[in-house]
Amino acid sequence: MAKYLLLKHYRGAPAAVNDVPMDQWTPEEISAHIQFMNDWAARLEGTGEFVDGQALAPEGVFVRYDGEGRPPVTDGPFAETKDLIAGWMVIDVDSYERAIELAGELSAAPGAGGKPIHEWLELRPFLTAPPTITE
Amino acid sequence: MDEALLRSLVPSVLGILVRRGADFAAAEDAVQDALVEAVRVWPAGPPRDPKGWLVTVAWRKFLDATRADASRRRREDLADEEPGPGPAPAADDTLQLYFLCAHPSLTPSSAVALTLRAVGGLTTRQIAQAYLVPEATMAQRISRAKRTVAGVRFDQPGDVATVLRVLYLVFNEGYSGDVDLAAEAIRLTRQLAAAIDHPEVAGLLALMLLHHARRASRTAPDGSLVSLAGQDRSRWDTRSITEGVGILQAALARDRLGEFQAQAAIAALHADARTAAETDWVQIVEWYDELTRLTGSPVVRLNRAVAVGEADGPRAGLAALAALDDSLPRYAAVAAYLHERDGDLATAARLYAEAASKAPNLAERDYLTRQAARLNSRRRR
Repeated sequence: MAKYLLLKHYRGAPAAVNDVPMDQWTPEEISAHIQFMNDWAARLEGTGEFVDGQALAPEGVFVRYDGEGRPPVTDGPFAETKDLIAGWMVIDVDSYERAIELAGELSAAPGAGGKPIHEWLELRPFLTAPPTITE
Repeated sequence: MDEALLRSLVPSVLGILVRRGADFAAAEDAVQDALVEAVRVWPAGPPRDPKGWLVTVAWRKFLDATRADASRRRREDLADEEPGPGPAPAADDTLQLYFLCAHPSLTPSSAVALTLRAVGGLTTRQIAQAYLVPEATMAQRISRAKRTVAGVRFDQPGDVATVLRVLYLVFNEGYSGDVDLAAEAIRLTRQLAAAIDHPEVAGLLALMLLHHARRASRTAPDGSLVSLAGQDRSRWDTRSITEGVGILQAALARDRLGEFQAQAAIAALHADARTAAETDWVQIVEWYDELTRLTGSPVVRLNRAVAVGEADGPRAGLAALAALDDSLPRYAAVAAYLHERDGDLATAARLYAEAASKAPNLAERDYLTRQAARLNSRRRR
C-alpha cells in the first residue's frame, strides 16, 4: 500500500476546463458538487482507501523565527500568493495507477452547468518509512 | 446495560475516592478502570447497588495501582481507615469535581477534556474521536491537565462561571464521532444544576435545551445548513422547548440576570414563534441590549444588528452595523443579509461570496456560497 496526497488548489494549478467561480453556479449545481464529493469520500471509505480529507481557509500568514528573545515575525496574508492550497485528500492505495484513476474521478466532480470541472489536482506520493528487509 | 446511568455515577464515585485520601489523578484512573470492568461484567450480572459496586471496585483498583508504586505504607494506612461505601455527600463531591476540572489554571481545551473524562466518564478514546485528534495526544492532554490541578485542594470553593464556560464549549463544538457532545453537555449541565442552585446554571441549561430542540431542522438531508427562518418548525422538539422555557422562567423570576439567561431568553422568543414572520423581534432587540450591557461583546452587537434589521427594517440594521468593526467574524455575512433585505442584490451577492471566503467552517462556507449563487442566478434571469 502507498499513500498519496491529492492537493486541490485555489490558485497555482493550470486552469480547469470548466473554470467558473462557485458563486456563479446555481445553488443546485453547488449541491450536486458537494454531494459528489461526499459520495466519493464515502465510497473510498468503503473500499478501505480513504485516509483523510481537509479543507483550508484561503487566508494564511507566513511565520519565521526572529532570534533569541524576540517574538516570531509574521508576514501576510498575501492577496497575490501564486500557489494557494484549498484542501487535500489522503488516500492509501495499492498502486500508482489506482491513485491516478481516483484523482481522475475526483477531477470529474460536477461544476457549472452540471458539467465536470476537469480541475487539475496535484498528486504527491508520501515518503514512506524505510523497509525492514533491505537485502 | 444503561451506560447513561453508569456514567452518571462517575462524579460521586470519584469524589468518594478523593475524600478517602486518594489523590485526584490516581483516583480518576481507578474510576476509569472500574468503568471498563463494569462494562465487561454488568451485562451478565448487574449489581444491586451499582454505585457501591463501583466504589468498591475503583477503590481496589486504586489500591492495586498504589501497591505497584513504592507507596506500600501509605496504602496500608489507607486500607486501615477505609470507610464503608455508605451514603456520601454526592452533590457536594460532584460540584467540587466540576470546579476542579474547570480550574482557572487549565487551558480551555484541557478543561474540556478533563471534564469529559473525570465528570462525564467518557474514555480517552471517545474524547479523542470527538475532537478529531489522535488518542495519544488526548491522553497526554488529560494527564497534563491532571498534573496541573494536582496541588488544588479538593474542598476549595470554585468559580461557577469557569465551569459554565467549559460546558458551553462542549455544547457548542457540535458533534462528531460516536459521542454526541451536545447531548453530553446537556447531561453534564443538568447534573450541575442538580448540585448547585444558581440562575446562570439554569440559564445555560435552558439555552442548551432550546438550541438542541432545533437540531433536527438545522440541516437538510444532504447535510447543508438551514437558516433559522428556513427551518421546518414542526420538527422542533416541543418537549425540549417546554422544559427549556420552564427552567428559564424560574431562573428569570429570581432577578439575577446573566448572559446565559439573556441568550436563552432570545432562543425562547424564537421558539415561541410559530412562523419566522411571527417572531417578536422588538423584544429580541431588547434582550440583545441587555446582553450588550452584560458582556460588552462586539459579537453580541453584530447579532443585535440583525435583530434591529428585522424589527426596524434593513436600513436601521445597516446603520447599527456601520458602528461596528468590519473585521469582526461574520460581519460580511450579516452585511450581505441586510443588503439583500434592502433589495441591493448585487452588493449582497458580492458580500456573501466574501463571507464564504472567510467562513470558519465548511458548512457555513457552503451555505454562504449557496446564498451568493442564489442571488447571482436570480440577477442573471
